[in-house]
Amino acid sequence: MEAKKLIEVKDLKKYFHVGGGGVLKAVDDLNFFIREGETLGLVGESGCGKSTAGRTIIRLYDATGGEVLFDGMNVHKLDKNKAKEFTKKAQMIFQDPYASLDPRMTVGDIIGEGIDIHNLYKGKERMERIYELLATVGLNREHANRFPHEFSGGQRQRIGIARALAVEPQFIVCDEPISALDVSIQAQVVNLLIKLQHEKKLTYLFIAHDLSMVKHISDRVGVMYLGTLVELASSTELYKRPIHPYTQALMSAIPIADPDVERSRKRILLEGDVPSPINPPPGCRFKARCRYATDICSKEMPEFREIGKDHFVACHNV
Amino acid sequence: MEISKEKFRHVGINEEESQAIVRPSITYWQDAWRRLKKNKTAMIGLVVIIIMTIMAIIGPMMVPYVHSDTDLSNTEQPPSREHWFGTDDLGRDLWARVWVGARVSLFIGLMAALLDTLIGVVIGGISGFYGGKLDMILMRFIDVMIAIPGMIFIILIMVIVGSGVVPIIISFAITGWLGMARLVRGQILQLKEQEFVLAARTLGASSSRLIFRHLIPNTLGVIIVSLTMRIPSAIFTEAFLSFIGLGVKPPMSSWGQLASSGAAVLRVYPYRLFIPAFFISITMLSLNLFGDGLRDALDPRLRK
Repeated sequence: MEAKKLIEVKDLKKYFHVGGGGVLKAVDDLNFFIREGETLGLVGESGCGKSTAGRTIIRLYDATGGEVLFDGMNVHKLDKNKAKEFTKKAQMIFQDPYASLDPRMTVGDIIGEGIDIHNLYKGKERMERIYELLATVGLNREHANRFPHEFSGGQRQRIGIARALAVEPQFIVCDEPISALDVSIQAQVVNLLIKLQHEKKLTYLFIAHDLSMVKHISDRVGVMYLGTLVELASSTELYKRPIHPYTQALMSAIPIADPDVERSRKRILLEGDVPSPINPPPGCRFKARCRYATDICSKEMPEFREIGKDHFVACHNV
Repeated sequence: MEISKEKFRHVGINEEESQAIVRPSITYWQDAWRRLKKNKTAMIGLVVIIIMTIMAIIGPMMVPYVHSDTDLSNTEQPPSREHWFGTDDLGRDLWARVWVGARVSLFIGLMAALLDTLIGVVIGGISGFYGGKLDMILMRFIDVMIAIPGMIFIILIMVIVGSGVVPIIISFAITGWLGMARLVRGQILQLKEQEFVLAARTLGASSSRLIFRHLIPNTLGVIIVSLTMRIPSAIFTEAFLSFIGLGVKPPMSSWGQLASSGAAVLRVYPYRLFIPAFFISITMLSLNLFGDGLRDALDPRLRK
């Protein structure tokens, strides 16, 4: 049986007003779903709206349009009590391990913050729970009385993970949790995330720009370009058979860990830069850099349609 | 020398040990204090401030005279064994008057600085935290207020309300909070986009929790430094007002007012100006040096 859809994102829009009457369409008509217990990877270059999408889903930003359904309820239309309940079910792990921990609080208080806000445990039980969480992420109980600046980047990121786990969430948005870390530490944190997913049946939205890392952790991967998804498929399918020209270009950029193959690897180089997301022209977002662009591409936005089982793509020429 | 395989031994790795932190745990304030202690000039400033405060408390009790009691048989005395700083034209003991004046000057400085810090933090905090139209209105209001010289305001208030310690403090607070509000607003604006604040919001933290647990503690360093810098400027403004005759009125005493009456007889009894002027200068200097040191100690960018 197929697992139920925990998160459904429908036509999600997030616009920002910029000076001079411009509208920055950070996220525009985003559509996808995440099944319970799976990991959806979200990749794309800097500024394509990955983080904004993650933050809008978790309610840090109000959506300009569209809806995010969590277990069937629209997260942007919750009353006060339901909203607080939602913060217990959905959590986030942040990108910068140096900025994401309050420098004036002890690690114990940082991890215990969710416990305090939701009144989960008190007194001795609270401390026990904090020690347990520290142990879960591979830290010692002595660390509870220390301050964030005493830890290394990888340790801090694990504290961030413990903080998110404190409220026993079902769903975690991982906003580039490893991009600020050293490569040797990246694997450590990713493996911890995978281990926790198995133990606690977590659902992840994993935002990143490291393609090989995303492949390693994700069941399905979505590729974003200028605020919208261009392709979404299971990770093996997407890496083996990319269909959208942008995805193809991305995949050709992954180095291969075999010198003979690597030497013959052909990169598809894209012309030009990413156009500005402020007041974008109509039609396909990718047309200016696409090798296959035709007339229709500059007139109509291609529909995001299913072309194979669980393989979605937004392109006129498929 | 040959390096062979046998010379190496695999010792493995102890997970528990590799995560341990050896350095003793110190809080932000302990760390700041440690850095402040290393700063000699700041520590001298602090010591002088402490001495001044202690003297303001016990100074008047060290002599058998009361600061407001006149003794017409002993007017215009130079410093002597009976009157350590001499007496004024009405025979009032200047030692007693200087330290009672210190009480008034320090009290005005501290209260004015505390009050305008409080107003500034509240208004700046609201402006920065809620943002939007409210922020716009408050900031334009501050822009207009800053464009008007503060001294005009103070003199106007003193003329209408009358002189005395309380009107001085109120008028200082009304004019002094503007800079603090701007400073705090800037800090809050910067902090509220930080990921640790977003993380707290994701956990469902209420506005009051965000403000009191995250935003204010992280602004406190800047607020305290600004507060220490406000005290000397308030002391100086009070001295200036008393000097031109708008501040504290005799028989009450303050450093500015002592300097004012001393200036009138500068050619005959120069010490009557120099003594209060010396205390005004040394207190302001110490507070400024201490404030400078405190800024260096609390600024995380200078962290080594």
